[in-house]
Formats: sequence, structure tokens, C-alpha cells
Amino acid sequence: MTTHVHTPKTGLKQWLTTDKPQSRFQAKCGRSWVAWIKITENRLAMIGLSIVVGLILVTIFAPLLAPYNPLAADLTNRISPPSAAHWFGTDQLGRDILSRLIYGAQYTLLIVGLVAITAAPIGLLIGTAAGFFGGWVDATLMRITDIFLAFPKLILALAFVSALGPGIENAILAIAITAWPPYARIARAETIMVRNSDYIQAARLQGVSNTGLIIGHIVPMCISSLVVRVTLDMAGMILIAAGLGFLGLGAQPPMPEWGAMVSEGRQFLLAQWWVSTVPGLAIFVVSLGFNLLGDGLRDVLDPRGGD
Amino acid sequence: MAAVSEQTGTGRTRARPFYRTGKNITKVLFSLVITFLGLLLVTFLIGRILPIDPVLAVVGDRAPQAVYDRVREEMGLNQPLWQQFFIYISNVLHGDFGKSVLTTNPVLTDIKRVFPATLELATLATIIGVAIGIPAGVFAAVHKGKWPDHIVRVIGLAGYSMPIFWLGLMGLLVFYMKLGWVAGPGRLDSFYVDFVEPRTGLMLVDTLLGDDPGLFWNAVSHIVLPASILAYFSLAYIARMTRSFMLEQLGQEYILTARVKGISETRIIWRHALGNVMVPLVTVIALSYANLLEGSVLTEIIFAWPGLGLYITNSLLNADMNAVLGGTIVVGTVFIGVNMLSDLLYRLLDPRARK
Repeated sequence: MTTHVHTPKTGLKQWLTTDKPQSRFQAKCGRSWVAWIKITENRLAMIGLSIVVGLILVTIFAPLLAPYNPLAADLTNRISPPSAAHWFGTDQLGRDILSRLIYGAQYTLLIVGLVAITAAPIGLLIGTAAGFFGGWVDATLMRITDIFLAFPKLILALAFVSALGPGIENAILAIAITAWPPYARIARAETIMVRNSDYIQAARLQGVSNTGLIIGHIVPMCISSLVVRVTLDMAGMILIAAGLGFLGLGAQPPMPEWGAMVSEGRQFLLAQWWVSTVPGLAIFVVSLGFNLLGDGLRDVLDPRGGD
Repeated sequence: MAAVSEQTGTGRTRARPFYRTGKNITKVLFSLVITFLGLLLVTFLIGRILPIDPVLAVVGDRAPQAVYDRVREEMGLNQPLWQQFFIYISNVLHGDFGKSVLTTNPVLTDIKRVFPATLELATLATIIGVAIGIPAGVFAAVHKGKWPDHIVRVIGLAGYSMPIFWLGLMGLLVFYMKLGWVAGPGRLDSFYVDFVEPRTGLMLVDTLLGDDPGLFWNAVSHIVLPASILAYFSLAYIARMTRSFMLEQLGQEYILTARVKGISETRIIWRHALGNVMVPLVTVIALSYANLLEGSVLTEIIFAWPGLGLYITNSLLNADMNAVLGGTIVVGTVFIGVNMLSDLLYRLLDPRARK
């Protein structure tokens, strides 16, 4: 059925915007197209999207973009001000701040990426199971979720990192442990809404197992709200990760993690303000990007959540 | 209530957890107890997965095996895990969090000493956040889609995206180091510290009770910057929620009726609409207050503010686990308590929620 893509007469745009889709695939593509149009109309969301795409590109092409080795110290050229050779100056060991920023993007993306792919599926699993089975399964799982929700996030992450020991892996683990509960609640709410729908009953009558129902028919319904929430949460994750790095509990030196870089620049704040200022700005811009994108996504994908 | 859990994106603000469960106070209290036990279980487990041997921390490396075994038994570590957990609960309920290795005081004594500083900071920040956030939110809602709305939105989004420790550093750089408008880190100039008689632990109150007004103004100039920086984050949240509550109200028919009756727009907005928004706003303010108690950790470090956050972090960097876990329990308990309280308040204040 999807051969329609290649029929020259209809044209791709018409194929996408038709109100009589010939296949499930076509309908999906059409819907994504409409969502994409809506998002491109939202200027702030587009700014957010370009920041996020920029972050991803910088992460991939870091070795090509960085003018210097981010770890190479040059003690004859310590904390020099921004210049043509070093756009953002150098730090206390004479390392080029721009190059460290560029490599630092890798850690930021690594942290939020890993947290998202661990926390979101955990939340999804717990939430859909609770919503689908109801009864004592629901009560138990949601009680656990509530307990985790009631904790102050940063403090809990601090306590976990202090027990596990500082380091980027443990920081990721600690943030993931504190990040999943909202996803469980969202997934549960979505599940309860669709659990008794006719299409679920129809699938059940066809002999689909409970696991099959959850994975094949309920999880897809939760994805869009979850994507919105995860995107919005990315900003918060970046801030917590940077906070842990700032405290010396996240990425360890000499890794160019942005929060740790702000902390290293603290002692030169008065005379060499750029050492702290520039990495802080990077954290700000990236998390603003995720916030803007998340806001835009919410307006498009999840009209109920907007104001 | 759904609006209160509007996703705010940063994790600094949280959805309301307990809403669904309890219909009466008993149920709320029950979930309070369960949540508190969950908190204790988590801190207990964190204490147990530690790579540090708690016995060695007490007896030292060179203690003979007999001493080691005896201390181990005294600490209850040879009992099954669930019994240890019960001992732990009983200790915590008696206010015994163990001793801090760093200060050699009981942890509870330390926390009692440092907590007022955090409380003072978070309270002032919330006051500033409410005083600016509510009018800003109302303003944005009234001018929806126009530039005041956009400005409030951008300021709010920036607040959700700003690393607080960095904003604190920049604040210090500009207002203390460059402009000299405010005093630097700490709660008082070190010269003054010995002149203040600690009565409440709240520096602003203690200095006001003293004889020297100069002391009070010194304390003010120390607290104003960290409190404003913390306030920015609560302001961003409060303004956003106020805006969305107000929009909901302004679309209602009673507003139309009031307009038809010829009531002035000012009165409609500030009396009629805002009056109906106050109840959910109380919940929002309580939540943001609890979040500030936690959010002050990084601010306290930047401003060398001798509060709970600085205490926890210092203990953490010195592997003083009793102090870290004690601090975590206290912050967690306050957090849970305020959450519950705001929930109860909502039920009491809003007749629609009583059903």
C-alpha cells in the first residue's frame, strides 16, 4: 500500500495531507506532517529545536569543531582573557575554554540521554501495569511512586551519589532514580483512560495476552504525553547534573563537564569572570532550548496539558 | 486541582502526589505515615549500601578483632536487616540520627543549629516570590498574547533554565564585587557576628531585638541577594501558575456578568477573579516553599550561608554519612509535611474539593 509514496501524480504533499489515507503508515505520516507544520509555526519551539539539534551536532562533531585538545594544559598561558586564538579565554591550567565547552556538550547529552532512556521506560512499565491491572497492583505501585515523588529530588540524588561514590555513572543513576515517578503517573493516567475502550476489548477478544495488550495497544497511547514530559524534564535533569558536577559529585576532573567548569572558575570570579560565566551560559542556553522545545511539543501533541 | 500539577519542566516543582488517595484526614494521615516510612527505608538502605564500614569508622583501623566484634554487636549490625530497620526507625523517632563525625555533635543538635538559617532564607524568598509573582501572573493573564504576557513567559522560562549556582555567582560578581550594593557571603559581616545574641536563630529577628539598628541593616544587606536569587525561581513558578488559573477564571460567565453590571475592570480582576484563584494559589505557594527549602542547597554553598544545605554538602564531601542522612530525613520530612498540609488546606478552603 505504501507504494503511493512513489506515484508521481499525487505528490508527496498531497499524499501526506489527504483525508483518505490508504494505509496505517500513510495516516501516521500524515499526522506527523501536521504536527510538524504546527511546530514550525511556533517560533519559540523552533528556537528550542535548533538549540537541541545544535547540541547534538556539536556532540557528534566535537573533535572537528574544537580548536584545541580540551585536556591539554598550557601553563604559560593560564586564565588568559578571550582573544582571537582563544575565543572564550583559557582556564586555570591554560586549557582552551571553547574546546572544553564543545567536549562538555558530550557529557551533557550523555547524561540526559541515559537518564531519559532509563527513567522513561521504568515509569512507563510501572504506570501502564498499575493502570491496566488496577486493584492491589495499582495501589502498591502508586504508593511506591508517591513515596518517591514526595522526596526532594536534589537531596535524594545527593544522598545516592554520596553512598555510591562520586562519578558520572553514579550521577546518572541517581538522577534516573529520582526522575521516573512522574512518568509512571502520566502513563497510569493515560492507561486508565484507554483501558476500557472498544479497541482494547476487540484486541482482547482476538486473544491478545495482557502483555501484548500493554505493549502493543496501550504503550503507544502513552508515548506522546511521555515525550512531552521527558523533553520538559530534560532541562531539569541538565540542571541537576550540572549541580552535582558543581558540587564535585558528578563528572570528575579533568572531564570538561559544564557544572564542574563553573565551579573551577569560582576562585577567579572577580578578575577573570569568563572562566565561570561561559560554561554557565552554556548550561542555561541548552536547558532553555529543551524547555522551549518541550513547551512547543506540549501545545502540539498534548493540548490537554497546556494552559 | 489538575491545573496545580501543570508540568513545569524542571523538577523543582512537583505534581501533587496524595490527592487521589485520601478522602478524609485519617486517610491523609495514613499516607503520611507510609510515605515517612518509605523515606526512612530509603535512607536506611542508602546507609547500608555504603562502601564505608560503619564499625571501622567508630573503632578505627587498628582495633583488635574482639573490640571490633563487640562494637559491631553494640551497633546492632549482626542482627537481621529487618530488625536493624526497626531499630533505625525507633532511633529516628527518638530524634537520634547518630553523631556527626565532622562536628562530633549529635546530628540533631547540629540540625537545630543550622535549620533557622535555611528557614529564614526560604521564607524571605517566598515572600518576594509571592509579592512579585502573583501580580506578574495576573498582568500576563489580563494581557494574554500581548507583550506583557510574552515578557512574563520569557522571564519564567529563563527561571526554569538557569542553573541557580551560576546565577548566584553572577549576582555576587555584579552586585557585591563590582557595584558594592550588597554585602558578600555569610549572614553578617564577621566583625558583627559576636554581637548578636541568638534567640530565635533567625538573624533578621535577632538583630532587630538587639539594640544596634546597624546590625539589622547589615543582616538585611547580607540576605537580600541570596533571597532574591532563590525568589526568582519561586517567582517563575508562581507567576506561571497564577497566569493559568487567572485565564481559567477570566473565561467564566460570572466575570461576564460582573462586566455587564458595570463593575470596574480593576475590581473584576483583583477582587472577583483573583479571589477565586487564591485557594489553588495557596497550594502552589506551599509547594514552592517546600521546593525552596530544598533548592537552597546550592544557593547556600555559593553564599556560604550556614544553613541545612551547606551542612549536608559539607558532611557529604567529608563522608559524614550520619549527618547527610539525618539532613535528608529532615528535609524530606518537611517536604512531605508541607505537601500534606497544602493538600489539607486545599480541602479546607475549597468547598468543591470536599466531596
